[in-house]
Amino acid sequence: MKEMKLLTEWAYEPSKIHHGYSRKTLYVGLGNKDQKYSFAQKDVSDDMIDKFTGGRGFGLKLLWDAVKDTTKWNDPENEIVIAGGPFCGITQYPGTGKCYSVFLSPETKQTYNSNAGGYFAPFLKFAGFDAMELQGIADRPVVIFIDGDNNRIQIFESTAEDINAYAVSEELHAYFAKDEADKRTISVVTSGEAARTAWIAGMNFSFYDVHRKAVRLKQAGRGGGGTVLYHKNVVALVIKRTHFTSNENDVVDLETIRKAGVSIHKRIHDQDDYQSKMRTVGTAHLDEIMNDYHLLPIHNYKFGNSPEAVKIRSDEYKKLFTQGTADGCWYGCSLACAKAVDHFVLQYGPWKGREVIVDGPEYETAAGLGPNIGIFDPRWTIEANFYADHYGLDTISLGTGTAWLCECYELGLINKENTCGLDLSFGNKDDIMEHIQRVARGANDFSIACGKGVEYAREYFAEHYGSDLETMKKIGMVCQGLEASEYRCQESMAQWGGYFLTLKGPQHDEAWLIFMDMVNKQLPTNKDKAEALFFFPNFRLWFSLQGLCKLPWNDIEPADNGVRYKGLQAAKVPEHLGNYLNIFTAITGKPLDEAGMILQSEKVYNFERVFNLRMGKGTSKYHVAPDRGLGPVFPDEWMARPDYFDGKLKEFGVNIEGMSTKDKVALLQKYRRAQWEELKLAVYHRRGWNKNGIPTLATVKRLGIDYPDVVALLKKHLKPEDEFEPEEEPAKA
Amino acid sequence: MQVNAEKCVECKQCMTACSTAWFKEDSPELSRVKIDVKASYVNINICSQCGACIGICPTEAIHRDANGVVQIDKSKCTSCLMCVGFCPQASMLFSTQEGKQTEPFKCIACGICARKCPTGALQLINVPDAKK
Repeated sequence: MKEMKLLTEWAYEPSKIHHGYSRKTLYVGLGNKDQKYSFAQKDVSDDMIDKFTGGRGFGLKLLWDAVKDTTKWNDPENEIVIAGGPFCGITQYPGTGKCYSVFLSPETKQTYNSNAGGYFAPFLKFAGFDAMELQGIADRPVVIFIDGDNNRIQIFESTAEDINAYAVSEELHAYFAKDEADKRTISVVTSGEAARTAWIAGMNFSFYDVHRKAVRLKQAGRGGGGTVLYHKNVVALVIKRTHFTSNENDVVDLETIRKAGVSIHKRIHDQDDYQSKMRTVGTAHLDEIMNDYHLLPIHNYKFGNSPEAVKIRSDEYKKLFTQGTADGCWYGCSLACAKAVDHFVLQYGPWKGREVIVDGPEYETAAGLGPNIGIFDPRWTIEANFYADHYGLDTISLGTGTAWLCECYELGLINKENTCGLDLSFGNKDDIMEHIQRVARGANDFSIACGKGVEYAREYFAEHYGSDLETMKKIGMVCQGLEASEYRCQESMAQWGGYFLTLKGPQHDEAWLIFMDMVNKQLPTNKDKAEALFFFPNFRLWFSLQGLCKLPWNDIEPADNGVRYKGLQAAKVPEHLGNYLNIFTAITGKPLDEAGMILQSEKVYNFERVFNLRMGKGTSKYHVAPDRGLGPVFPDEWMARPDYFDGKLKEFGVNIEGMSTKDKVALLQKYRRAQWEELKLAVYHRRGWNKNGIPTLATVKRLGIDYPDVVALLKKHLKPEDEFEPEEEPAKA
Repeated sequence: MQVNAEKCVECKQCMTACSTAWFKEDSPELSRVKIDVKASYVNINICSQCGACIGICPTEAIHRDANGVVQIDKSKCTSCLMCVGFCPQASMLFSTQEGKQTEPFKCIACGICARKCPTGALQLINVPDAKK
């Protein structure tokens, strides 16, 4: 890489971390294409810690203060805020290297938070910052360097010729490291060339793998963070931090953390091969489980099970993943799910013939860029995964969007003329791979429209190709502008809520209730479902406040968890929950119980909901479940499991004798749509929202987030006719 | 280290010698050799230098030296303790005492314990292929 010209720099006095917080945040301003670069160290107040805890909470608070009600994703005042949390950087317990990025999303037009592993967030904290705000738009492509060794922030004019993730990340590790061994002290955040035109571009966070002697990438893929980064003219954020101690967080009680850590390391050693196989296959072990329960998305979620799925079983991926290496994405993660394929020779695209390391695929990619687009070939999926990461494309939105595109093509809603010559039938590997390359390049108007996501593309197709918008809406697994992740949710009513009653769109990080609901029948009433859709979104959100990965919570369990506990209690994995509560106290010195944990989350959950209201969304009309999410849309889906669906329709007391399949499909949709509306109200009520899905004044007051601007905003939107009656019980059995 | 548990008389002089040599105090928890009395036999737990921990370490802080002994480079260690949880013989140890070293520790075949052993239950011997 050619030498980069230093544009500006600042020195800073590092703040020492105490009890999990440095109590300083970093602000870097890029001006508005006017070279007015700026820097600040901001204080973190007691109120900010009390109300927002850290991580995603800090991100939302800082973004709230930075933007106006009218700010759009591509305005200079939009920010990318990156933060860990009080757990972030601890080396003695697995899953503590996560960072959470918050920004106004090009895809969803509201706040988004996306997380990744890698070393960036721990290094940022060790450099003295609980969070980093990046605001403004540079006048030229820049690289921002946070030198945590010498306490300097520098902005360079980028000389990177290839901005794609693997290329530029490797170059920047080499540029800022003294030698090969020093590369481990660096982490890089990039996107890729897809971010120039696509709204589904994510961010790649790097770490240096000392065993492979290679740069690895983890993705904060969702929501378009990479698009925002590129639009700010930032080629990369780079951080360097060489030395840190085993107690860099200056915790109150290191021994408690060490004991809990050794205990879970031992459990992972003893149990992982019998439980989730994270160390050998990563999350791709889910392929066969999802197929067995008709949950694997096949052909744009039309079907959930296929005999062809045997080709993508975890055994097949295990053969391809390199075994026996420490694949954690931060020190101390013994769950080590960051699997990689070494010595993979690419078959397509500009790097055809080149041998590369491919990070993943994880389950979402294995399913989305696999059976959902009709491809049951792990090697093809691995290659698609590589190029998606390299170009900065979110593999989930790409997978779900392409699945929808294939169905549109097969239904004749778009044709070869529209696709500029591509046959996008399900399973057509060569043309689908070419489509991915074209989306990354923004090769033509069709590719550019596809890169902006399903909601944009269907409007574009309707306007330019005359495609039927209603049909495209029925089959597009998208809500609030975000493509759904890779679970077929239609047979679990609770998971309808887990996907479509979320803050940011159908991403399963709020609640994954399919087994509790559909398989184990633990949520029989709307009230039960509403309780689960209150509890789990808040429970899971807590990880995002702390800088934690969720996987070591329940992708490894004590061997006797299912014997000692039942139902909801077992689902909480009480022993691991206890570890988290104890460690929180051991870090901060503040006592925390389960109720306090949920309260911490509720504050941020509701603040985020209010924030989305402020940005023009955040009401009931954006909680829309597509037909495909609730049940079959076409007769062939019904006929894949005729007895099952007939039985489901009969549960409503219908005589289906002599009824055509088409009519059955329509009737089941009608009944389920009514159930969906009932569920929605039950959940809103439980969350302390009104019938329009807006947190009430009583709710924000109870949570202590009744700041004057929050109250003023709510008063503008809360209507008497939307209030639940005090005695009203919306949760029918 | 060659172990012959049947010769052990449970005097635990080995543990005293080890912890005193390495931590300057007589502490069973800090000894790198452990004498456990099971229901009907004595178990001597001491690192066999098998090296399973080497591949587990995320920082390459653990390596086999020229004599075939598995060593921990403290300057590279982040005290994650994964090696403790993954040791197949539970011979990688750590201290739960506040203020003690945060890094894990293990037997490095120094022979201090063997020299103190009055019965020959512990003996330091050269193994020809240990360097592999």
